[in-house]
Amino acid sequence: MTHLELPSYLEQSEQVRSRFEKLKARPVLLKVSGLCKEFPSNDGPVSALKDLNFKTYRREFVCVIGPSGCGKSTLIRTLAGLEKQTQGEVLIDGQAVNGPGPDRGMVFQGYTLFPWLTVKRNVMFGLEMTGRSKGEADAEARQWIDLVGLTKFENSYPHQLSGGMKQRVAIARALATQPRILLMDEPFGALDAQTRAKMQNYLLDIWKNIDITILFITHDLDEAIYLADRILVLKAHPGEVQELIEVPVPHPRHAGQLLSPEFLATKARLEELIHPPSEDNVRLNGDHLNMVRMVSIDDAVSEVY
Amino acid sequence: MQDQWLTVNQELTLRQRRLLTLGSFLLPLAIWCMLSYVPFIWHPMVEVEDKGSVSYFKESMLVEKELFYQELEKAQGEERAVPTGTPANPIYLPAPHEVIEALYSAFTTEPIRRNEQWLHESLADSISVILLGFLLSSLIGVPLGILAGTFSAVSRLTEPFIEFFRYLPAPAFGALAVAILGIHEAPKIAIIFIGTFFQQVLVVANTTRKLDPALLEAAMTLGAKRISMLFRVVIPGIASDLYRDMRILLGWAWTYLIVAEMIGSSSGITWFITQQARYKNFDNVFAAILIIGVIGLTTDMILAQLGKRLFPWQRGTKV
Repeated sequence: MTHLELPSYLEQSEQVRSRFEKLKARPVLLKVSGLCKEFPSNDGPVSALKDLNFKTYRREFVCVIGPSGCGKSTLIRTLAGLEKQTQGEVLIDGQAVNGPGPDRGMVFQGYTLFPWLTVKRNVMFGLEMTGRSKGEADAEARQWIDLVGLTKFENSYPHQLSGGMKQRVAIARALATQPRILLMDEPFGALDAQTRAKMQNYLLDIWKNIDITILFITHDLDEAIYLADRILVLKAHPGEVQELIEVPVPHPRHAGQLLSPEFLATKARLEELIHPPSEDNVRLNGDHLNMVRMVSIDDAVSEVY
Repeated sequence: MQDQWLTVNQELTLRQRRLLTLGSFLLPLAIWCMLSYVPFIWHPMVEVEDKGSVSYFKESMLVEKELFYQELEKAQGEERAVPTGTPANPIYLPAPHEVIEALYSAFTTEPIRRNEQWLHESLADSISVILLGFLLSSLIGVPLGILAGTFSAVSRLTEPFIEFFRYLPAPAFGALAVAILGIHEAPKIAIIFIGTFFQQVLVVANTTRKLDPALLEAAMTLGAKRISMLFRVVIPGIASDLYRDMRILLGWAWTYLIVAEMIGSSSGITWFITQQARYKNFDNVFAAILIIGVIGLTTDMILAQLGKRLFPWQRGTKV
């Protein structure tokens, strides 16, 4: 497709290599071993995740990507404790996960803000649940709201905010309880392209400045490469780890890198893994539909070229 | 821009909405006026003015049109004095102005017998029966409904029986209620309770189940446990829908009022209506029915306004 001669996505500059060496020397924050998840159905149990194994280091940014039906959401919901795994173990700081808890913050695609609470009360919710007094919760919530730049809106209700603002509140709410890991399930999927780009930069800024590990699900390849240290690529039916890619694009990230050779090489590799040439593509003669001309020859606008 | 009246699925302007609201009341009123004031529409009776030679006619007596003209023709044929009269409606359909007069006079007319109640006293009785019945039902029904909607175990334990019980018509318990509770207020309140409670539990449970499960999941990831989930997420989350349910249920409670008030010693507005019908004061009957409608509509409008204040976060979505 491209005429550029791309380097291998495995090639890393000196700077990137040494960063990954340091990263892997950090303590392991999340360890998933032998994770299986089956759902009952009328035709017997359906396997959604099969023998998943991977490690995430402290303050790492991991993106999870894969074709639809690969169990990305099931994985993140299991990590959050919202689904119970059939087999295997999830360890956070060496502690087995058992049910949902405030040590794992979660941001959903659908915002899930409490519509009856103002922005500030939404952020205070988790703080109050984890035993802080109203006064403390209030003060801490203000700090988090300030961090996501919504101080002017702290007394607004969610329905008065735009999608991007809602998602910033959701991030502040999830971070306020100071979880060890932030689980994000396609959080920017419902946003328009511009807002999405802005939100990605916000998120990188936040990640840089606080002690948080992020596991981020997306189906947007550019988003995954732009944000992640490493990308976990899953395979569908059943969901298995296909590859754990170390992104060779150096930090700090900026929009100018979207067309850099490392970026494009990584993207080409992801395309290969996620959209392999299939029967469907072959039958349709490449990317073309089987069309017949449906405009009359003597029409005033008979050609578009 | 010209107002569009019939665009699919589009809200009208404020002016249009007000006009149509007014119209929805004026239209039935116009029909009623036509039936009452235009002599050639309907008017199946004739009010006798001069009985002429017909021996059994009396002045201001209502006779059926057919009979009147029969007698008239007979008198003409035999060259006797002819009866005269004007077209009239049956006694059970008073004209609008008569009902409007009755709306005032019903309150100012002294009861015929000394032990009878004034209209406002009857109304106060009715309202207190409704409120007590509804309050009692809500005190038990709402918490039970919320629990059933939240916990499957409570739902499985209660709902099948309630589902069965709600098909038993509340009035059927009238005699039983009187036997147990006596003839005064208590059995009437019991009928309102039976009529409301079982529906209420099911409606509230359904409303509770409709709460977005993603909100519950979000709360769990933020550290909420069972009790705090119930009081900090479920209840505030359904409060506005619950409020709307209660408004509808209160409307249903009114429909049970008439039945309830006929049980034991007849009382309240129903007693007033049956009594006035017995005296053939149908203008008073219509007035009393209108008053019930006005009370119902006004309460609902006040509650709707109050709801907007109670749930400011609902603005923008339809309540």
